[in-house]
Amino acid sequence: MENQNLNLLDRALGLDGPSEPWPLSGRVVLIEDCVETSGSFVLHQLVKRSLSPTSSNVIIFVAFANPFSHYDRILRKLGCNLVTQRDNKRFIFFDMLMLRCPDVDEGKSSEGGLVLLYEKILKTICGLPGDKKDYVTIMIDDISLVEVAANGGSDYVLDFLHYCHALTSEFDCSLITLNHEDIYSSMERPTLILQMEYLADILIKAEPLSTGLATDVHGQLTVLNKGTSHRLGRSGNKIHNFHYKVKENTVEYFYPGSRV
Amino acid sequence: MKAAQTPHKKEVPCVFGRPPQLPITKIIRLSAALLARHRRCSTPTAALSLPPRVCSLRPESLSCRLSTIYSWHFTGKTKLCSVDAAMATTKPRLSSFSRNLSAVSSSQTPGVKCGPNGTMFVSSGIADLDKILGGGFPLGSLVMVMEDAEAPHHMLLLRNFMSQGLVHGQPLLYASPSKDPRGFLGTLPSPASLKHDKSRDRESEQEKGLRIAWQYKKYMGENQPNFDSHRDNKQDYCNEFDLRKPLERHYFTRQRVNCVGIQDSKNLAALQEHCASFLAQHQRNDGSCALAGRIAIQSLCAPQCEHSNMDWEMLSFIKSLKGMVRSSNAVVVITFPPSLLSLSSTKRWQHMADTLLSVAAIPDEDKELAKLLSGYQDMVGLLNVHKVARLNTQVPLILEATTFSIKLQKRRFLVLECLNQAPVDGSSGSSYGTSGSCSGSSKAGTLDF
Repeated sequence: MENQNLNLLDRALGLDGPSEPWPLSGRVVLIEDCVETSGSFVLHQLVKRSLSPTSSNVIIFVAFANPFSHYDRILRKLGCNLVTQRDNKRFIFFDMLMLRCPDVDEGKSSEGGLVLLYEKILKTICGLPGDKKDYVTIMIDDISLVEVAANGGSDYVLDFLHYCHALTSEFDCSLITLNHEDIYSSMERPTLILQMEYLADILIKAEPLSTGLATDVHGQLTVLNKGTSHRLGRSGNKIHNFHYKVKENTVEYFYPGSRV
Repeated sequence: MKAAQTPHKKEVPCVFGRPPQLPITKIIRLSAALLARHRRCSTPTAALSLPPRVCSLRPESLSCRLSTIYSWHFTGKTKLCSVDAAMATTKPRLSSFSRNLSAVSSSQTPGVKCGPNGTMFVSSGIADLDKILGGGFPLGSLVMVMEDAEAPHHMLLLRNFMSQGLVHGQPLLYASPSKDPRGFLGTLPSPASLKHDKSRDRESEQEKGLRIAWQYKKYMGENQPNFDSHRDNKQDYCNEFDLRKPLERHYFTRQRVNCVGIQDSKNLAALQEHCASFLAQHQRNDGSCALAGRIAIQSLCAPQCEHSNMDWEMLSFIKSLKGMVRSSNAVVVITFPPSLLSLSSTKRWQHMADTLLSVAAIPDEDKELAKLLSGYQDMVGLLNVHKVARLNTQVPLILEATTFSIKLQKRRFLVLECLNQAPVDGSSGSSYGTSGSCSGSSKAGTLDF
């Protein structure tokens, strides 16, 4: 990790320290975005960092939004070959694009689909060789589509997320999810997003600038790092805010008003 | 005038078959002069390939020289890029100097064009919209158009989209909440006859003489790759549609067009079946570019449909449709009135769209707007581009302008134009309106610049 060029996002996430133990293990990361600014580039960056040659992470990628080819092309430009990582069993891809819990039996089967998914994830983790079991990252893209797949049963989605969260303490794996917060901003009781924000150790929010979209600055990122309690002492909450510009093979992060 | 690539020791491509001892800069000057003379080609593009190992000049200094030389002849129109960065070719090849290198359309299938990142585009039926979106609608994407309850402008987009597909022989699946969806096909426009040539009109206007061009952006549009440079090619990528001429009946045979009514069915299962079987015929196999398909669904959450209050049912349908279309060579266009959905649902639909557009009505006699915008009388409505499809890439497409006016040229041809502010009426002496005034002062002055 020390050799690579670390950017502001890496520092905000605490990835600028030693790579062993993996700074994000046992932590829950929530990425929020909106229609104007998509937050998937953060997900791609985290995939790239997790699969760096110095770390021994395994990623279980549960994709509801895009097929494998999409991520493969993007990560290839970022310098990470997902096909070889998939062959090396470091990147496990679950294609959930066509998951649709059949609504024959309203309550049971919506839950059933998600329960099966959880069991699949658990089985995959348990099936990993001993040394890799401690470095698993579960990524879900994205939660709003999990709700659609569950026919609106957000309770089932919450249950599923809680079970995945339990995995973070059981196996020390990290959970990274993406959700669209503008869907919930108009709801009266947005339980799902509130609970997710509460559970999250790190909250990354991608928003447009208050002045609108521009070609030089694509938006701003706010990273809230709630600090860890099981490392050496407790560090308080830290908020980082900076601007970003997304390019094909990198993302530039810079403080407002300063361009590198 | 062709370029010959004589195998000479220096390996410099030569022009006019002259001995290749000409220095490189002289070749460039000559070619620039040639291009200036042959203004018929509105976007003169020239690709010079110079094997770098033989070229004594370093690439950076060469490009500097090239741009200076070019700028003598084409002020403001120079665009220099290395061969492998050229948008037109997907595989970089050393080409001999040719006048028209922007070979954009795929030679195998008419109506399908290769784009960046392994995507393929089909035209939306409106040339201006294709340009705005960076090529057209990518195959495998979902386009959503948000309707305005006050005006049916989304039908203009839908009609052009459907007509374009039929003209190219691309199968079409059309679903609508009306009682007789097939009847809608009679309103589809037909391609305009070749006598009308918009670009020629514009060019002849330019050469009339010196004009004060305060809206110079209108005339600077030729920097972009020219799709209609292949005028002789029968199958244009994007046709110009004459809204007053209906499409000939032989285009909508039963094999090519399938119309589905969604008003009477209890839920969306039947429509999903239709879409699934349609998309199964257009499965994407690596390499081969089979015929592209188009699905047009009009007013998906229209109130007369039974499923219109089943929020999750509709979302589920869109999600599975999106999943199916990603792995096929088809484009789906769905129009829907967002005013009939809850705010939260509307956002969910917007997130699911790859390309998101919205249309808005313009009131007929609005004096405020007439003062603010130029060409207000010709405007039919407004088009907003909220999101542009980003398949296989993470870079967002930030447009210079996101709102465009929909105009009907000669009451027949659909064009999209950027909004331009109306000129200040200097004679009255007061600044126009309270908004948009850049001078900031409201005093009437005789010396108002």
